[in-house]
Amino acid sequence: MDLLNSLIVLTNFVLVPALAYGAQLAIGALGVTLIYGILRFSNFAHGDTMAFSTTITILFTWWFQSIGANFGPLPTALLALPFGIAITALLMLGTDRIVYRFYRQQKAKPVILVIVSMGVMFVMNGLVRFIIGVGDQNFADGERFIFTVREFRDWSGLEEGFGIRTTQAITVITAVIVVALLFWFLNKTRTGKSMRAFSDNEDLALLSGINPERVVMVTWLIVAALTTIAGVLYGLDKSFKPFTYFQLLLPIFAAAIVGGLGSPLGAIAGGFVIAFSEVTITYAWKKVLVYALPDGLEPSGLAQLMSTDYKFAVSFVILIIVLLFRPTGLFKGQSV
Amino acid sequence: MNTSVRNTALFAFVGLLILGTGIVQGWNSALLILNMGLISAIMSLGVNLQWGFAGLFNVGVMGFVALGGLAAVLVSMPPVTEAWAAGGLRVIAGLLLGAATIAAAIYARSHMTGRTRSIALLAILIGGFFLFRAVFDGGVSAVEAINPASTGYLGGLGLPILFSWPVGGLLAAGAAWIIGKTALGLRSDYLAIATLGIAEIIIALLKNEDWLARGVKNVIGLPRPVPREIDLQRDAGFVERAASLGLDPVIASTLYTKIGYAILFSIVLIILLWLAQKALNSPWGRMMRAIRDNEVAAEAMGKNVKARHLQIFILGSAICGIAGAMMTTLDGQLTPGSYQPLRFTFLVWVMVIVGGSGNNFGAVLGGLLIWWLWVQVEPLGRGLMELVTSGMADGSSLKKSLLDSAAYMRLFTMGVILLVVLRFSPRGLIPER
Repeated sequence: MDLLNSLIVLTNFVLVPALAYGAQLAIGALGVTLIYGILRFSNFAHGDTMAFSTTITILFTWWFQSIGANFGPLPTALLALPFGIAITALLMLGTDRIVYRFYRQQKAKPVILVIVSMGVMFVMNGLVRFIIGVGDQNFADGERFIFTVREFRDWSGLEEGFGIRTTQAITVITAVIVVALLFWFLNKTRTGKSMRAFSDNEDLALLSGINPERVVMVTWLIVAALTTIAGVLYGLDKSFKPFTYFQLLLPIFAAAIVGGLGSPLGAIAGGFVIAFSEVTITYAWKKVLVYALPDGLEPSGLAQLMSTDYKFAVSFVILIIVLLFRPTGLFKGQSV
Repeated sequence: MNTSVRNTALFAFVGLLILGTGIVQGWNSALLILNMGLISAIMSLGVNLQWGFAGLFNVGVMGFVALGGLAAVLVSMPPVTEAWAAGGLRVIAGLLLGAATIAAAIYARSHMTGRTRSIALLAILIGGFFLFRAVFDGGVSAVEAINPASTGYLGGLGLPILFSWPVGGLLAAGAAWIIGKTALGLRSDYLAIATLGIAEIIIALLKNEDWLARGVKNVIGLPRPVPREIDLQRDAGFVERAASLGLDPVIASTLYTKIGYAILFSIVLIILLWLAQKALNSPWGRMMRAIRDNEVAAEAMGKNVKARHLQIFILGSAICGIAGAMMTTLDGQLTPGSYQPLRFTFLVWVMVIVGGSGNNFGAVLGGLLIWWLWVQVEPLGRGLMELVTSGMADGSSLKKSLLDSAAYMRLFTMGVILLVVLRFSPRGLIPER
């Protein structure tokens, strides 16, 4: 019985949150990895693009709330999501037209494009703060829980319980749908196949008549959808704050690199690897161990390996270990 | 126009901007801008060394700057003797244990093979970690318990704060050595992510390790290399001299200290600039640029690319560390919460790119110019917004939000400047020769 209790505590505090966080990171990392695969640079503006698309979605959410539109028990933000994606897509295509295309035609070195994306990052940062300010915005509404800890306890009769928040369930379900759609698109449709061909070998793809500008455009559209979904899911699950989104850059990049830059499958695996290690290493295991270990062996302290303030350190250390021992990532990514 | 005339004109223009600030907004704010501009120029010299000379993409500048700030505290603050007695040695012992664990793991990795190696490595790392925590945690809580409201940390060495500038450089160089050893073999954008992560970790350490520098409780009242304003105002001789120049003693004293800082900073900047110029024009500098332009060819000529990269990475980071110590000296306090990557890493990059990467004078010019802009964009933006909104009714929400948004003009402007320079003048204001 004690073992069951400890498992349930583990589920409540580690498995469920890490699963949701991992799904958010995975979708974010998919965007980074796609840009890397097709446009061949690390996009430093990714975190701030996420912040921008979430800002737009929040504005639409507020508008829907003010006219009384809602999505029943689900958050209104999901209703606003398509609008967020559309506007972000316009912004992405505009940025590509004004900024990135020039360097693509010049065949600039990837590192120059990285610096350019730093400039875009500054601009996006400014834009987001113009529109919504620097403060915390909570825009989740609808039912908060699918079932709460108390309901589970009453139902099962155990000492401990676990709850699932609506946002966590939505995150995981959306992630599954998004990933399935993306893989279907990349593997089955003509455009998706041309994207993969372009990513594998640009010259050969050009020879076989693939229009590079079209591939790039489709990539930006997909990335716009991915960033918006990742940003909105993260914002619903936690809360929206521009600076936090900027900081997400690190775990997202860690996820993409750990999985292997340019490999979509790797980005998903990387997202979960990073999320689970961050949560397990910064979680205070005391409660789990008290149930799991026989009497007398219980830990006296919190049994926390590292304080939560060091969660960046965790993603970073994993990143370094993977890079040192498997430079192309877990799934073989590209290396230039 | 020949280049030296053009360059002189550019520097004169920046000088005029600062003079203009002095005339319009007062000499106090002009000197404030000048002082931070000089520090920024040193930071961009450091980044220029790495990026301009060697093509290393370091976006962890903030971390090295913060380490310099830490040096200022560790060198200049008086030691807290009770804390040392309570747990200082235990903290040190814990840190040594941690270092020994890592050293043992590295030794085991290079001297053992196969499955025994994996098992030994795991045993060393896990055992070492728990041993480290057991010794270290006790010491830390003992130290932090000593008078937490005012100290709660080990304090420093109680030396004059000017010593902290080279020490800041050394501290940053040490960190750069560790980072360079692990990350320099990686491709450029991996190195970027690695340095970005390191910087975040250094800030997290400063924020959370209260025993070291009080964490987010901040260390205030650092000693100063120039006299305090308040002492000058009490000094009868100084007041008299100020009066003979027709100055109010309060204003005269603030100007006096700020000019003092400006002279100190200029001396450091000139020395570093001279060294960097010497390096750039030496065989070593030519080798560096050869490596940057074609690594394979340089390697074929027998140059040790990896060692040279490590060398210049350490040098550039050390310069950022010196600048960090100087900045903390100027502020008179260490506030880990105020280190933001946009301000301390990416802004320095804007300085280098705008000034002209690969050219030391360009980096200095970029540092001064971009810092002036960074400070002035906000009032300029507010003025612009007031002009735009002057026709609107008072109290309208659009007017209010537009006026509020002026505060965020900075980031936007810096981004636009960076993009415009990269597009139309990618080699910067003073291009590499």
